[in-house]
Amino acid sequence: MADVTLSIDGREVKAPAGATVLEAAQQAGLYIPTLCAHPDLKPYGGCRMCITEIERLRGFPTACTTPVTAGMVVKTNTPQLQQLRRNILEFLLTEHPHPCITCHRIELCGPGDICLRHVSVSERCVTCPKNKRCELKEVARYIQLPEMTLPYSYRGLPIENKDPFYDRDYNLCILCGRCVRICDEVVGASALAFTYRGSKALVGTAFGRSLEEAGCIFCGSCIDICPTGSIVERANRWAGLADRQVVTTCPYCGVGCQLRLFIKDDKIQRVKGEPNAPANMGRLCVKGKFGLDFIQSPERLTTPLIKKDGQFVAATWEEALSLIAQKLAPYKGIDQFAAISSAKCTNEENYLMMKFARAVMGTNNVDHCARLCHSSSVTGLGAVFGSAAMTNTNQGMLQSACFLVIGSNTTATHPVIGMKVRQAVKGGAKLIVADPREIPLCRDASIWLRQRPGSDVALLTGLARAIVDQGLEDKAFIAERCEDYEAFKASLAAFDLDTVEKLTGVAKADIAAAARLYATTKPAAILYAMGITQSSHGTDNVMAVANLAMLTGNLGKPGAGVNPLRGQNNVQGSCDMGALPNVYAGYQSVADAALREKHEKAWGVSLPARPGLTLVEMFNAAYEGKIKAIYMMGENPMVSDPDIGHVEEALKKLEFFVCQDIFMNETNQFAHVILPATSFAEKGGTFTNTERRVQLVRPALPALGQARTDWEIICQLAQRLGGQGFDFAGPAQVMEEMARLTPSYGGISHARLEKEGGLQWPCPTADHPGTPILHTERFTRGKGKFTALTYRPPTELPDADYPLVLTTARSYYHYHTGTMTRKVKDLNRIVGEGMVEINPADATKLAIQDGDWVEVTSRRGQARARAAVTGATPPGVITMSFHFAEANANVLTNPALDPQAKIPEFKTCAVKVAKAAVKVPA
Amino acid sequence: MASATDSIKEQMKELLIPYKGERGALIPILQKTQEKLGYLPEEAVEEIAKFLHISRNQIFGVMTFYAQFRLHPTGKNVVRVCRGTACHVKGGHRILLEVEKRLGVKEGQTTPDLNYTLETVACIGACALAPTMVINEETHGEMTMKKVEELFGDASKGDHHA
Ligand code: SF4
Ligand code: SF4
Ligand code: SF4
Ligand code: FES
Ligand code: FES
Repeated sequence: MADVTLSIDGREVKAPAGATVLEAAQQAGLYIPTLCAHPDLKPYGGCRMCITEIERLRGFPTACTTPVTAGMVVKTNTPQLQQLRRNILEFLLTEHPHPCITCHRIELCGPGDICLRHVSVSERCVTCPKNKRCELKEVARYIQLPEMTLPYSYRGLPIENKDPFYDRDYNLCILCGRCVRICDEVVGASALAFTYRGSKALVGTAFGRSLEEAGCIFCGSCIDICPTGSIVERANRWAGLADRQVVTTCPYCGVGCQLRLFIKDDKIQRVKGEPNAPANMGRLCVKGKFGLDFIQSPERLTTPLIKKDGQFVAATWEEALSLIAQKLAPYKGIDQFAAISSAKCTNEENYLMMKFARAVMGTNNVDHCARLCHSSSVTGLGAVFGSAAMTNTNQGMLQSACFLVIGSNTTATHPVIGMKVRQAVKGGAKLIVADPREIPLCRDASIWLRQRPGSDVALLTGLARAIVDQGLEDKAFIAERCEDYEAFKASLAAFDLDTVEKLTGVAKADIAAAARLYATTKPAAILYAMGITQSSHGTDNVMAVANLAMLTGNLGKPGAGVNPLRGQNNVQGSCDMGALPNVYAGYQSVADAALREKHEKAWGVSLPARPGLTLVEMFNAAYEGKIKAIYMMGENPMVSDPDIGHVEEALKKLEFFVCQDIFMNETNQFAHVILPATSFAEKGGTFTNTERRVQLVRPALPALGQARTDWEIICQLAQRLGGQGFDFAGPAQVMEEMARLTPSYGGISHARLEKEGGLQWPCPTADHPGTPILHTERFTRGKGKFTALTYRPPTELPDADYPLVLTTARSYYHYHTGTMTRKVKDLNRIVGEGMVEINPADATKLAIQDGDWVEVTSRRGQARARAAVTGATPPGVITMSFHFAEANANVLTNPALDPQAKIPEFKTCAVKVAKAAVKVPA
Repeated sequence: MASATDSIKEQMKELLIPYKGERGALIPILQKTQEKLGYLPEEAVEEIAKFLHISRNQIFGVMTFYAQFRLHPTGKNVVRVCRGTACHVKGGHRILLEVEKRLGVKEGQTTPDLNYTLETVACIGACALAPTMVINEETHGEMTMKKVEELFGDASKGDHHA
């Protein structure tokens, strides 16, 4: 849109058409006092602080709601305006009895000084957690309110302190409504509302319930946006002012939120979402906002440990490293060694780990937990598009007109992306949810398809069939951009909607309606996650998703795409870095002679050509005695992998097992040596988030105890084992080497990231701006490839002995194996145990009541947990998580593998459930 | 309790049939609900929230904005304790606290057996008799703790929570 020229306070100002007077002023660096306006929110016009005088407009229009027009003449600071503002503010302040606001000493006073006005401690701004950040005070200064003439009227409300994390003191609330609006407009939780009216008006919840009961997700958005001290982090209430700030990347999920850490005396005081970071635009979820206490947990490992006579004994680094080097040396070059890398660690560390396995140990046996989450996306999308990653961006979701969310409980697992979906739906986008479980997004959906667990190929191909039957396919896109369409079309013959209805349990009318909605509402984005990938036909599922998007031309465009939501903070990056048995960084095949030679030259060694073992295969090989030593960094397979009993047997057979981690966990107990690593807050490097955005991780705190960074440890070990090319000055230098060898990362460097913020790969050269959307002109592999698929049922179906299906799910309040989130007290206050979700119909049959202890048995093991009777889980199905080792679904899950991706079938296995015979103590 | 909740659920299901699940229907639905149930119980609000795809909190905001909506059922007897100046000077606040204690409810609430609704008023125009209160239509003046006990002594057995 064209720019508009206007005059503000005698200055000529340019602003884009459609901007408000306030935005125009702010862009020009002019200050207008505001209390209710905020860049993340829609214009509101509630507080009337931003009143102006505008020629030819009557009254005093508010700058935050008045759009600019050409030639407008605006005054923002006349004596009359200031007097009006003073009157309004004074009225506001009668209910905000903090006399420091009008006191000239406020900048000088410390919390311990004696107050000349005899203001009591609880009413002094200097002891308010928002001191020096209070926007109310800023406004009061600007409009020069020297003294209150009106009497104060104390609301006398008790502080609301029953919630986890939060204290709410509504005696300080000025009813600007920012918290209400952000929670509704942007977060989508709508946990707060204006209640009552007139002098009783207050912000609150329905029936005065706690925030938790009101549906709050403790994302902290209201805290961060409140201009006063009404809502604050309890832990930060009396903490004083931070002495420094560090911006870094969240260590939890693949959304890759940018966090601003406020630090005092080397302790993190509080965390705020970075406003202009494209990954999260200021938003966070509870884990990023409140989940970082684990960093300073007393349970952190702080010294190397060597197992002697079955006991771990503290050791020096020298002892530990020389022992490891001596023990690992015999396995060089004989393929009896495996390295397990980590999706929690940085790109640089993953690169070094795979280089260590290949160049030092001479084996391609390197893998990590991505095998368990998105390896089917890597194989599936790699085959049909040529790039295995999310095609579009987090923020781009706001441009989508339609979403198909399948096998992703987005608001729990990728909360900030979930917020975007909800925000788009609020703005009119359509949402189709396909999930056996009633996930929170079902509430926002136009259509909810409740397919049977494991029937996704049938459902997705049924949707494709319905699209073709209704003639809604994008013929031009198919003809120009894709191949193998005819074979695909022929394969649809097997998926008439009657058959699909039988296989999926979804009514054919709903399938047809969903197909029509998805195919006709453009751009449409598909979001998927573990519900699609974690299956013995995961690769087929992924290809079925890809077929659907190609069929409707929903690729290479803003707001469209195929979006595998990657789980861990750096699971995209650790795959990109080649911590996989068949590829180097950038998915360069180890079997390709030219690529191998390139790496041999760069690293000065000869490299093995045969692809190595995948994660589950490694444990099988260990069980069979073919793998004898494992070096593992930052993983916990004794909780995260399928059929844990088998993993345990395998680990016990190892001749030598080294772990490095930040905590003791269920797996490293079996190690011979444990090395203490630093947390994300104590090291530098990069993570690549789900939208392929490479972002900096910045050191914020000194290393705890003797902990060392993972990259240092790997390099030190490599050097002791005679490895060349491990003498790096720091992560930036590691990235330089990696970028030289990896075309898609070729233009990325720490220096650029520091200057420009995150970069999305492919970014081949130093002047390339990065690639927000994949496949815009052509697919990475040239043409998009349609795949003809056949339906295969899950490998283990319910039968007379094991009549129920177990599926797995995640909690919003916990992460993965719980090693980090279970160290955060208030998270466990909200969700403190793993439950077995069971449908009321099945519960009645089995005489199980809500809260009863139950035993769940599969062909592989037995788990105990308490039952949660809920209609969210469909009849015939139970749901468990793997956050809680003592109530872990993975004791039961099926290690049957997808033939291509080697991903295990976590999402379905057959079980039986019975009320526990003996009561298990909590 | 569960059965009461279930019955509200059932009644709400029926009540909501003629409406479209659109936000604009909120006020008419609230009115209809109050007509049917006498007030707007939390369970009913929950059902309306699900039906309209909006949060309970937002509905609560709307229903407390308009004076026409009641959050509590009205009891058989309505007790209004005066909070006017004269009564205040003569200890009306303590009378209110005592009545609250006896009935086991706060101002604006109704006893679980639906016998009493407790409210306050600004001044009932009988300042000479301060402190005062009105039970249904009948004025009681020169209230004392003792008198409160005489009036509500029975109620305190079954209802108070303290
Ligand atoms: S923390 Fe988030 S969800 Fe909770 S009330 Fe605040 S904005 Fe809403
Ligand atoms: S709590 Fe804060 S953000 Fe919310 S209305 Fe009050 S002052 Fe505004
Ligand atoms: S866990 Fe994910 S959504 Fe939550 S703050 Fe971290 S990156 Fe953001
Ligand atoms: S900032 Fe414009 S009215 Fe509040
Ligand atoms: S003040 Fe109580 S009756 Fe007038």
